[in-house]
Amino acid sequence: MQKRFFLRTLAGAMVLASAGTAMAQDKFKIGLILPMTGPFASTGKQIEAAARLYMAQNGDMVAGKKVELIVKDDTSAPDVTKRIAQELVVNEKVSVLAGFGLTPLALATAPIATQSKTPLVVMAAATSSITEASPFIIRTSFTLPQAAVAIADWAPNNGIKKVVTLVADYGPGIDAEKYFKDRLTFNGGQVLDTLRVPMRNPDFAPFLQKVRDLKPDAVYVFVPSGAGAALMKQFAERGMDKAGIKLIGTGDITDDDILNSMGEVANGVVTSHHYSASHNSALNKKFVAAFEKANNGLRPNFMAVGGYDGMRVIYEAAKATKGAGGQALLDAMKGQVFESPRGPMFIDAQTRDVVHNIYIRKVEKVNGQLYNQEFSTIKDVKDPGKTK
Amino acid sequence: MLTILFDGIAYGMLLFILAVGLSVTMGLMNFINLAHGAFAMVGGYITVILMQQFGVPFLLCLPIAFAGAGLLGAILERTLYRPMYTKPHLDQVLFSIGLAFMAVAATDYFMGSQQQIMQLPQWLRGRTEWGIGGPFELGMGHYRLFIIAVCAALTVGLQYILAQTRFGSRLRASVDDARVAAGLGIHVNVVFAATFAVGSGLAGLGGALGAEVLGLDPTFPLKFMVYFLIVVAVGGTSSITGPLLAALLLGVADVAGKYYVPKLGAFIVYSLMLVILLWRPQGLFVRKGGQ
Amino acid sequence: MKAMQDSLLAPSRIKLWEPALWLLAFAAPWVLPGHALIVNEIAIVALFAVSLDLILGYAGVVSLGHAAFFGFGAYTAALFAKLVMPDPVTGLLVGMAGATLLGAFCSLTILRGSDLTRLMVTLGMALILLELANKLDWLTGGSDGLQGVVMGPVLGRFEFDLMGQTAAWYSLSVLLVLFVLARRWVHSPMGATLKAVRDNPLRAMAIGIAVQRRLAVVYTLAAGVAGAAGALLAQTSGFASLDVFALDRSADVMLMLVIGGVGWLYGGVLGAVVFKLLHDVISGITPQYWTFWIGLFLVVLVLVGRERLRKPWTGWGKPKAPGESV
Repeated sequence: MQKRFFLRTLAGAMVLASAGTAMAQDKFKIGLILPMTGPFASTGKQIEAAARLYMAQNGDMVAGKKVELIVKDDTSAPDVTKRIAQELVVNEKVSVLAGFGLTPLALATAPIATQSKTPLVVMAAATSSITEASPFIIRTSFTLPQAAVAIADWAPNNGIKKVVTLVADYGPGIDAEKYFKDRLTFNGGQVLDTLRVPMRNPDFAPFLQKVRDLKPDAVYVFVPSGAGAALMKQFAERGMDKAGIKLIGTGDITDDDILNSMGEVANGVVTSHHYSASHNSALNKKFVAAFEKANNGLRPNFMAVGGYDGMRVIYEAAKATKGAGGQALLDAMKGQVFESPRGPMFIDAQTRDVVHNIYIRKVEKVNGQLYNQEFSTIKDVKDPGKTK
Repeated sequence: MLTILFDGIAYGMLLFILAVGLSVTMGLMNFINLAHGAFAMVGGYITVILMQQFGVPFLLCLPIAFAGAGLLGAILERTLYRPMYTKPHLDQVLFSIGLAFMAVAATDYFMGSQQQIMQLPQWLRGRTEWGIGGPFELGMGHYRLFIIAVCAALTVGLQYILAQTRFGSRLRASVDDARVAAGLGIHVNVVFAATFAVGSGLAGLGGALGAEVLGLDPTFPLKFMVYFLIVVAVGGTSSITGPLLAALLLGVADVAGKYYVPKLGAFIVYSLMLVILLWRPQGLFVRKGGQ
Repeated sequence: MKAMQDSLLAPSRIKLWEPALWLLAFAAPWVLPGHALIVNEIAIVALFAVSLDLILGYAGVVSLGHAAFFGFGAYTAALFAKLVMPDPVTGLLVGMAGATLLGAFCSLTILRGSDLTRLMVTLGMALILLELANKLDWLTGGSDGLQGVVMGPVLGRFEFDLMGQTAAWYSLSVLLVLFVLARRWVHSPMGATLKAVRDNPLRAMAIGIAVQRRLAVVYTLAAGVAGAAGALLAQTSGFASLDVFALDRSADVMLMLVIGGVGWLYGGVLGAVVFKLLHDVISGITPQYWTFWIGLFLVVLVLVGRERLRKPWTGWGKPKAPGESV
């Protein structure tokens, strides 16, 4: 019995396999690997929506070839990401790998990119060291140090000298903490304590209480986008704003995705980031309107813009190489200068990382909805994690 | 320090309300229901939808969340769960995990993957400070005060039902020995169904109360299942006070641990649980003669 | 007398379909080169499931933290390759040794208590190891994972290639070797005492079987096998990250084992094949909502009876061996 069933399973698998190997050579395939399920599913959703929007706006033909977007869920497990990437490269013969919601997922796939000479476009992950893991990695998202340093420059000039940092205990959080602390201390400020919150944390209460007891001028926060809301509410509940403690951080805590539903507590929070849905440019207004229309009123966030710009980089590079892949495609991606919904940006030819403006913004109510209003711009910020 | 104690108690009470249903069903029906968190999630989402889209006041949403989750529990018990009682534990684990997966994916599909944010009514926001400052200052968030009050009332109510009413004694009899209870004329099936419904309803209520503090997104059932299991394992399944004390202990330990020794953060809860279970494998509070 | 001996010895004889099955498995990476990667993944997870079967199916110990040994083997092998030498087979043995030691230590914790206690204790150990790996990020790379694990060629000759064929054959070979050893062991007199312990510990104690010691031994051995699976994962994928300790891994492998059938070593293999293939296919169709369909599959499977997976026509096939499905 077991044998019969087993053979049947294997036969079925072979049928499925042969069905999958039928493919045409005149396609330009993009392998989009995203966390579509699990705690970071909203990242995956935003990026996929943005990628499809770009394709809808710019057509699905490039250099005479049909563009095929293959979307895969990696459930945020690095070995799955690596296996999917390997399969996409070997079986589907994709010309580009893209997506990568978290740092370990990108780092795990880096050797595949190098070995197979496939450009890898990071649209979400934000740790500095990623672009150094393979010469074939291009990033269109951002790096935490870019945002952290910007706010560490702004704070001392605005009455904030003593800060307690509160970050999530994982790669980007530690980056955010380190660069903020170094820069603030350099600028004459003082970091009273550096608190790290476990990733699987249900309750911020003890950490916020500790911050309160230390009585700083402000608390600098970095948590992955979903948790920002809970933290802000507990911040208000604990009466920290009444105790004179300001809330600053990188834009992840006022993620456009959920900003509007945060309510009054978010009002007045100052953050630094590379993208706000209310960025005042014609291109951005068009982008936001088209995105909301195609996605049931969902507002695009910085993840979406990373996906949108990633697609732009891929398309333009493919046009330049007439659909070829490999080293030529990578070289065509390096050094691209263009206008993005976030503002002007370019891909640094040396570091292959993104260089863009960082804005200091404040949450304000505009037309009845909460937006991050930009009020200060720092131009052409390179990743401080590399220029050291 | 008192504030931390207060916060820990609030967190523990919340965990208790969420987990008490699981504890009772495990003790009563010997059924490992890993989908318990899904009922909590249902209660949370009911509340969020009612508040955001229909403007129903928060206080009214709570009993509705209880009723909704309880109703869902009753229906599922009658249709899906009942054939599972006699199956071995592993089948039950498989089944309830399957249900949990379906609940998570369905919620993701209908409600989206982002965190749901609730707007509390004005009278629940805010904070009261007592005391002279320093470690003896007691800062009480009004919402946490509310949680403690509701959960304390529920605990008293549950204990009363269990100890003083006829249903309670029927329940206790069925827990001790279902066959003998049936032999005495107790409708064990009805007791099971009612208990499961109430347990699920309580979970729903807990989900509604906890959405503000713990966050609410489609992965809620899987994220918090571990904590519920810890409460049940440490507290035992043969009483209500067992899980209550276990939940309080864990809540305070977690909060205090993260405050005083933040480097060890998450270790505290797991290590504490390990130590307790190694010392008392049947749970901290076991009634002699119980299952 | 002969008939009775035969019927008792029957489970330990090698059936006709077994070599055929293994031949098919080894042929797969060659016949379907594009799928060598998933064959590799299935082989690794099948080994992991078989190790869980040793304690769950043959000793009756419920564990939601078996990934502790899987992860420990993975990190040990990865660190060994990075810091000492990149030879895969040596790394595998070192990983196994490390996991076995950890298993011996942890076996002290599962000796007492009910199913629920063991579930939580094993879960707790795995989660503590996860946090430890996160904290010791100077050693383990923390949440970024341990990168840069470059493996040397297997047995000095077979390089790990991009197609994953070497990896698949390597994992399959390890699976076969350990599987054969496990099979020999469970059908030995020692294995028989284990079944006695599983079915009725009190009675087993009464006839003089040292229950505690048996449990400790089987737990340690199972930990070693799980460590081998983890080492294979680290070596074939070239890195190790925190999620090797995660609850998801322990839960997934338990699901696979229960689907395939507990107490029958092939159950782990069958469950791994079915679950992984199902996941891959459904995930390809609906990357976002595949959990729903898997959940539905599980619910339906339990409602119609798990045996249906192995014996789609009930009433056919040989009767279940006593205590086979827990």
